[in-house]
Amino acid sequence: MSKGRNNPMRRRPGFRPDIWLQRHLQVALASLGRLTNAPLGTLMTAAVIGIALALPIGLHVLLNNLQNVSGGWESGASISLFLKQEISDKQATALSKKLRLHQRIKSVQVISKASAMAEFRRLSGFGDALETLDNNPLPALLVILPKSEYSTPETAQLLVRELGLLPETDIVQLDLQWVRRLQAITVIAQRAVLVLATLLGLAVLLIIGNTIRLEIQNRHAEIEITKLIGATNGFIRRPFLYTGLWYGLFGGIIAWLLVAISILLISGPVAKLATLYQSAFDLSSLDITTTLLLLTGSAGLGLLGSWIAVGRHLSAIEPS
Amino acid sequence: MIHFDNVSKRYPGGHTGLAGVSFRIEPGEMVFLTGHSGAGKSTLLKLIGLLERSSGGQVHVNDRNLTRLRNSQIPYHRREVGMIFQDHRLLNDRTVFDNVALPLVVSGMGYKEISRRVHAALDKVGLLSKEKAAPITLSGGEQQRVGIARAVVSKPPLVLADEPTGNLDPKLSQEIMELFGWFNQVGVTLLIATHDLDLISRMDMRILTLHNGQLVRDTGETQ
Repeated sequence: MSKGRNNPMRRRPGFRPDIWLQRHLQVALASLGRLTNAPLGTLMTAAVIGIALALPIGLHVLLNNLQNVSGGWESGASISLFLKQEISDKQATALSKKLRLHQRIKSVQVISKASAMAEFRRLSGFGDALETLDNNPLPALLVILPKSEYSTPETAQLLVRELGLLPETDIVQLDLQWVRRLQAITVIAQRAVLVLATLLGLAVLLIIGNTIRLEIQNRHAEIEITKLIGATNGFIRRPFLYTGLWYGLFGGIIAWLLVAISILLISGPVAKLATLYQSAFDLSSLDITTTLLLLTGSAGLGLLGSWIAVGRHLSAIEPS
Repeated sequence: MIHFDNVSKRYPGGHTGLAGVSFRIEPGEMVFLTGHSGAGKSTLLKLIGLLERSSGGQVHVNDRNLTRLRNSQIPYHRREVGMIFQDHRLLNDRTVFDNVALPLVVSGMGYKEISRRVHAALDKVGLLSKEKAAPITLSGGEQQRVGIARAVVSKPPLVLADEPTGNLDPKLSQEIMELFGWFNQVGVTLLIATHDLDLISRMDMRILTLHNGQLVRDTGETQ
């Protein structure tokens, strides 16, 4: 078998990178021009993609914010040291003075038996029932704030253990439980967002795939003629791949705008809420990394979607 | 240039396109292919352009065995075979220039060279002034000349034409044939399918006649 004979001699007639680049640029611009020739249709398709992408991206940004907030709370974790019943308020104050000198402790607040009782009466609504008690059953309480370098969950735990060994101590509680629960919920929410992102990413693939399929049908005659003239599949594929890429990119830009506008809209009320909590929390928007990730991701989805559609439908068109 | 060796083509459903056709066309020949409609003229041309594959026998074109050619190689084969159709097959959303340029764009040529060659081809078919026009605005004869310019712009050694004068009046048909004659004189091999016997009888060229898928008459090489 003479392979050389069957191989057309000029398979690649002098591959030239400048012409290759020129061709790609030309095809990219031509497919862009084709899209802008029908702005309404293009905008609608891109908007569908944008909305589908905005949902997971928006949730992702919100979750990031939530994590920032709860991270701040964690560092402010306080330790509640409940003293034994027999320890008097005076002894409690003495202990607090001793503890203030501890190298890991930033501040100690004493809540005396009496003030604990007053607070309980006020908040519980058992005022009348409490009147019948002979003596105050509540213990004194020291609210201890660790220094910031000892306030991570692990280091605070060490301090908790140390405080638990004090003879005056009844119960030590690190008020981290709810922060941890919030974090656990955040992790679940992140997973949910990931699942949602996957599903909606799949939807974007289908949207782009279907759009490209219609485009291929519309240009059936053109594809046939170009094949007749000796165009390779790669050559015919190229404009459709660029079309998919543009759709993805436009969708990404629309998604970015949707998320940015949404965050702008809720940042006012959030700031108000934050001041109510005496917090200077500021809702962060899309950072550069997320933006780049969103745009490259959406363009990539567009490319992939059109690749799948083109692969499926282009081989079906053969000139006759 | 073209060598058919006992070539047959059967279609699914039992219809026979070609049955045991053998002939040889040398480089530089200009040959007419004739026969009643359905005799197998189009089938024969399609086998050469690899729009279809034969069911039996061997087809060689330009020293290449088409029976063995892989699908991925078909585009490169077609670049060496200019094809002209009765219905022109032009892209109506592009200018005349872009239509003629297509084979060169497809083969990855630079813009300067494309422009030079397209203008030369359009000049040859007498349509240089219409380069910016849309094909739809041209007459049937002009559209066919655009199709011819597109087929020859990449200077293929072989040109196939399927009923190129099918829709044209005798005077325009004569002009088209003269154009083919000119290409033949500069060395292009041409195979032209037509049922316009009146026209080809005046040309004094080799004629292959098909009947029900069989080669029934070959006037033999001219010259």
